[in-house]
Amino acid sequence: MTTQTSSPWAAVPWAALGPWIALLLASAFFASQSDRFLTGENLSLVLQQVMVVGVLAIGQTLIILTAGIDLSCGMVMALGGIVMTKFATELGLHPALAMVCGIAITCLFGLVNGLLVTKVKLPAFIVTLGTMNIAFAVTQIYSEAQTVNDLPPMLTALGQTFSIGSTEVAWGTCLMIILYALVWRALVDTAPGRHVYAVGNNAEAARLSGISVDKVLIGVYVLAGFFYGLAAVLSVARTGVGDPQAGQTENLDAITAVVLGGTSLFGGRGILLGSLVGAIIVGVFRNGLTLMGVASVYQTLITGILVILAVTADQMSRKGSR
Amino acid sequence: MSFTMKVSLAFAGLAFASGAALAQKQPVIGLITKTETNPFFVKMKEGAQAEAKKMGAKLMTASGKKDGDTASQITAIETMTAAGVKTILITSTGDAIIPAVKKAQEKGVQVIALDSPFEGADALYATDNYKAGILIGEYAKAALGATPAKIAMLDLFPGHPVGAQRHNGFMKGFGLAANDAKSNDLSKTAETVCAGDTDGNQAKGQTAMENCLQKNPDINVVYTINEPAAAGAYNALKKAGKEKGVIIVSVDGGCAGVKDVSKGVIAATSQQYPLKMAAMGVAAGVEYAKTGKKATGYVDTGVTLIANKMIKGVDAKDVKTGTELCWGKA
Repeated sequence: MTTQTSSPWAAVPWAALGPWIALLLASAFFASQSDRFLTGENLSLVLQQVMVVGVLAIGQTLIILTAGIDLSCGMVMALGGIVMTKFATELGLHPALAMVCGIAITCLFGLVNGLLVTKVKLPAFIVTLGTMNIAFAVTQIYSEAQTVNDLPPMLTALGQTFSIGSTEVAWGTCLMIILYALVWRALVDTAPGRHVYAVGNNAEAARLSGISVDKVLIGVYVLAGFFYGLAAVLSVARTGVGDPQAGQTENLDAITAVVLGGTSLFGGRGILLGSLVGAIIVGVFRNGLTLMGVASVYQTLITGILVILAVTADQMSRKGSR
Repeated sequence: MSFTMKVSLAFAGLAFASGAALAQKQPVIGLITKTETNPFFVKMKEGAQAEAKKMGAKLMTASGKKDGDTASQITAIETMTAAGVKTILITSTGDAIIPAVKKAQEKGVQVIALDSPFEGADALYATDNYKAGILIGEYAKAALGATPAKIAMLDLFPGHPVGAQRHNGFMKGFGLAANDAKSNDLSKTAETVCAGDTDGNQAKGQTAMENCLQKNPDINVVYTINEPAAAGAYNALKKAGKEKGVIIVSVDGGCAGVKDVSKGVIAATSQQYPLKMAAMGVAAGVEYAKTGKKATGYVDTGVTLIANKMIKGVDAKDVKTGTELCWGKA
């Protein structure tokens, strides 16, 4: 293989195609088991169910591409959701302004993560382990562990649906797909996007070629925080409440989606759309197994097996490209 | 013997003596909850503090970081035992605490389980979760009438005794074949057309209900493990335009849940009483400190059916009563 390793397309076919193949096989299987699975209504529902994890996974992908990891994403999202719902209800802020405040908090957490990783040179795993706990605790303290109810309609607007033919599609699903398209193009076609791959591939080489590694990293963490804020908006819109218990499963589910999507945990390699496919795979198993009447613990089992397969495929392709 | 050693020994003796004196004067009782923040446990702590104050006992508290955090609970058991606590009240978050409980008991500590049962506790003060299930099962059956039942079961997670007791109790109350209160397996019949795990969480409750509606769009009864899961189920039904005519029942009786009953979101809920569990636990602790007599057996702290609409033949209380006795913020 002679492809440049800095190119996002350098991913060896197995790692890139794996998630699509897994999704197709799973879908074919569930379609054969339940005639409801392939209906537009059901598929639209699966997309609604993965939109929160899907948008979290965008931020997570950016960070993993730089060879980092973010354990705090779900907890930061929960805090953002509580802030925007409490500001809108208890402080009486305009819903749009409340949303901005919620997103500002998640960006702030991203900035803190980024500064600690770059300026204090702490490993991302440890930094985000710390901020995960901080965000969780602040969420519980500020909300008194109580759900925030009676939200203004604007906060839940993205959870509303419109019809394409007989299928109800949520606005939030559209937002998720648009975000994926935009960030994917930005990663492939713009200089800052390519710098993300370059830093993840080899930070020292990137520095020597004139890229400000710290700026790229801080930018990536803040941007990831921004996406967690948008995920918070989607989570609030979907459930119609500010939920202090939100994000606890999504935290690791977002990392699972990225890994299933074929992005290398060693950084520098991966295709963003894979993360969307990874999130959808998890959603398809949850939905399909329920339709079959199988206990949901098997979804967890299958997800675990797929994660190992995905990481193995990545490792083999790295050896092959050496 | 060196001087410093003598001094430290003297100090140790002094500390021991004063500790013993304290134990005689004022009984010290420990309360370990699953989490610090969940309104259910906040109410429990309030109840314990009020009762301790009334009875002249000292209360020490600790909790896990989140549900399932047995490690923090074990640490708390060890710390409290070392600190001279004679009675520990604990809402177990998992059976991993049992060895630590045994060690504490060997040192003469009375350990009482509140809310969640576990093997080896001296006594248990808790809701009869099977009965809580039966009450909402009977209500749902009466509310549905002669219509053939298509039931969605929104459970906690696999293997939790409280989840199994409520689930099986509901089915028994509904008049379906169900396992008994001791079973940890979830019963299934032709009428329970769908089942999903919610972790007692609103978002997961919504997802589970959405998938159940895909499996069977004609679901007309929804059993939920708790009120957040019920709120999620209602959201899913509303989005599908099916919230009318579907009976959602639940367990807990928190103020937010009682409010949902008043709005008709939840048809009926079985209310439980954390304050009472705590108060009884403290009283047993004081008794043990005074007389050396340990509490034994199981005491049902009561459960009341709170319903939006009264149905003839089903004994239920209205929302007003539920609101007076509820916990947490509405």
